[in-house]
Amino acid sequence: MNEFQVSILFAAVVAGAAPIILATLGETITERAGLINLSLDGSILLSAMAAFVTAYLTHSVAVGFIIGALVGALVAVLVAVFSIYLSQSQVAVGFVLTLMARDLAYFIGNPYSRLQGPQVMPLPIPLLADIPFFGPVFFNHNWPVYLSLVCIGILTWYMYRTPMGLALRAVGEHPKAVFARGMDPKKLQLFYAVCGGLLVGLAGATFSLSTKPGWGRPQGAEGTGWIALALVIFGGWHPVKAAIGAYLFSFLQVMGIYLQGWLPSIPTQVFQVAPFPLMIFTLLLISLAQKEAFLARVEKMPWIRPFIQMLSGTPPSALGKPHEAE
Amino acid sequence: MRVELENIHKHYGSVRANDGVDLSVQGGEIHGILGENGAGKSTLMKVLSGYIRKTAGTITVDGRQVEFRSPGKASECGIGMLYQDPLDFLNLSVLDNFMLGQVSGLKNEREYYRRKLLPLSTHFNFNLDPNSPVSRLTIGERQQLEILRLLSIGIKVLILDEPTTGISEIQKQTLFAALKQLAREGKSVLLISHKLEDTQVLCNRVTVLRRGKVTGHMEAPFDTRQLLDQMFDQLPTPPSRLKASPGDTILSMSDVVSTGGRTGLQKCNILVRKGEVVGLAGLEGSGQGVFLRVASGMSRPKSGIVEVDGRSMIGKSHREFKDAGVTFVPTSRLEEGLVPGLDITEHFALNARKTRFFVRWSNALSAAKEKIEMFRISGRPRSPVQSLSGGNQQRLLLSFLPEAPRLLLLENPTRGLDVESAHWVWRHLQTYTARNTSIVFSSAELDEIVMVADRILVFFDGKIVKDVRAEDTDSRELGRAIAGEI
Ligand SMILES: Nc1ncnc2c1ncn2[C@@H]1O[C@H](COP(=O)(O)OP(=O)(O)OP(=O)(O)O)[C@@H](O)[C@H]1O
Ligand SMILES: [Mg+2]
Repeated sequence: MNEFQVSILFAAVVAGAAPIILATLGETITERAGLINLSLDGSILLSAMAAFVTAYLTHSVAVGFIIGALVGALVAVLVAVFSIYLSQSQVAVGFVLTLMARDLAYFIGNPYSRLQGPQVMPLPIPLLADIPFFGPVFFNHNWPVYLSLVCIGILTWYMYRTPMGLALRAVGEHPKAVFARGMDPKKLQLFYAVCGGLLVGLAGATFSLSTKPGWGRPQGAEGTGWIALALVIFGGWHPVKAAIGAYLFSFLQVMGIYLQGWLPSIPTQVFQVAPFPLMIFTLLLISLAQKEAFLARVEKMPWIRPFIQMLSGTPPSALGKPHEAE
Repeated sequence: MRVELENIHKHYGSVRANDGVDLSVQGGEIHGILGENGAGKSTLMKVLSGYIRKTAGTITVDGRQVEFRSPGKASECGIGMLYQDPLDFLNLSVLDNFMLGQVSGLKNEREYYRRKLLPLSTHFNFNLDPNSPVSRLTIGERQQLEILRLLSIGIKVLILDEPTTGISEIQKQTLFAALKQLAREGKSVLLISHKLEDTQVLCNRVTVLRRGKVTGHMEAPFDTRQLLDQMFDQLPTPPSRLKASPGDTILSMSDVVSTGGRTGLQKCNILVRKGEVVGLAGLEGSGQGVFLRVASGMSRPKSGIVEVDGRSMIGKSHREFKDAGVTFVPTSRLEEGLVPGLDITEHFALNARKTRFFVRWSNALSAAKEKIEMFRISGRPRSPVQSLSGGNQQRLLLSFLPEAPRLLLLENPTRGLDVESAHWVWRHLQTYTARNTSIVFSSAELDEIVMVADRILVFFDGKIVKDVRAEDTDSRELGRAIAGEI
């Protein structure tokens, strides 16, 4: 492979990862606040549909993105209110919403299937796009892709450098202690569920207006929500690590397409499915990295340590256990 | 600043945790709150700190009536509380814990708060590293951090709920000095404690509660006899050390090395004989916890030999230790011992000897009723465990002990218990030793260890630095060993 092909490959990885990153970051925020939004897969589809339909009707991609984001936020609000204020099971509510949102998306979106609609235009960044290799890989995309890159940085800065981000991490650890410090854990969790939902909605809009433009059944975004949920764990609830996971997944998908061409004798399904077991394998490694016995054994292999350290991450202590007033 | 509580009621269903309590505190005063387990002390203080809402009553601050809907409102009025179960963030750093609740917005003010924390910390002789994660701190240090945080947000009335349980003697002296200094600066301190000695040296006034009502107010110096009368229905009788005639070895450890805790465990060699009561002394987190966890199979040592009754237990699971007659009761009630959210009956169902496919609720319920009666737990079979008072949670944990264990490993078994209950627990435990059970327990109270143990091991920095029979030593010698001066 010459340099030209490699840069195309990586450009495809970066572009393909954009919606996955947005969804993963969204869920990372939500889970850091102690809430699990299990409805991801459905709400991505619903917001993808809503974004495409509104963009189609108004001829405005921007309107599509706004509506998509709002739909994602709306589903998140439902999960949050049911669990925080009405003490219902987050998992049950999230799961039911996944199915409902998906069916609703197919139902409402049906008349708009396979229509030619608007999509986001490429927006190469002047000068930067001309840098050899890095230019095409990072700076020759459209703005949702740039947004996904910028979000990684902003969210990391927000979570680890600002007082508000500190409160976000705290509320997922110990909501009671947050309450004792004079903050309102329920409001905080609701707020971050909405923030997370907005990003998930943007992920949906990115699918239908950029990554896999158009609407249909299947749209092509199916399954991404579950992968995003897994990537949050893979990333140890850290935005940068989660994004690395998203790139890894995107890479596996793109490689699948390439390999299909090179190895025509292997059924295509293998390449479509392969990224999923590979992700499960990495999750297994992560949980191993948590085990003391395992750590003791690898202690004698220093080269493996940074790798383990990168993989290890502990879930927010109060994940899935909302605050109850006494 | 003057705070007055008038006719405070807090009812939980039919339970009257506070039943018409009056209390007033002046600036510069250290005010003790005394009372047996479940008397309603924590409840009253949580009402004052805004953590829970009162059922009825009035609170006035400097003559102005106030209504605290949340702890935030109370701290705006200058009232802040250090809770009985620490409300801090183990996974965050000292500095982050210090900042949380004081800062908001997007500006990174780490450096500003670091510069604020350090002098405040030295002012009270505390020694806190801003970068260390709180999980690495001892209970005493976590308290110090909370106190500094409260002072930093401008607290003038500081409430401390049993701050002296689980901290070392040195930390206690540091704490007391800090509290006295606060009082000199005109701040008020409300101190819940079970230890009359502590109230004796520290408080100007005390209020005694019993079953939600005030049974006495008193000015210093206090008449201990009278205080005990006001606190308890019957006066506590201290247990006396049983003269044990130790039998064969039940637990033996040789060259055991283990990680965990702050210090781990280094080259530990020890024999425990049947019917012996062994007290583990030492600063909190000097290896006693690791020792008990290794001895109970909760964690596996890195190297060394652990034998129970002559059988090697290396690589065996906690379950197998249990089957060999080893029982462990951890100290952190709600973190390791009890399952928050489940009620007392459900706990007995979980602990049922034989696991069947169906839960026998009738058995669990009758067990719960019987044990509530026997251990005098103030709660009902259906009370969720987190609604029990701290001391009652401890009693519940003890009520799970099996009939005839061979080796009982207890981590701070009387932490948070009032004097009468602590004595009661020891008299109860002594019925086990009479049946040849060996007891190994850790305690932050040297007095308790000297009172009941046949043999004392002193831990320092993960090592056993002293192993003596109780009659061959005294508190002074032990105190020096605890501080590492051999
Ligand atoms: N959330 C709750 N629901 C029901 N009952 C409760 C709740 N919280 C406390 N209680 C009951 O109120 C009573 C007083 O409890 P409180 O915690 O104030 O006691 P305490 O004096 O602090 O005791 P201790 O010394 O053991 O800490 C207890 O009987 C307890 O069971
Ligand atoms: Mg209490």
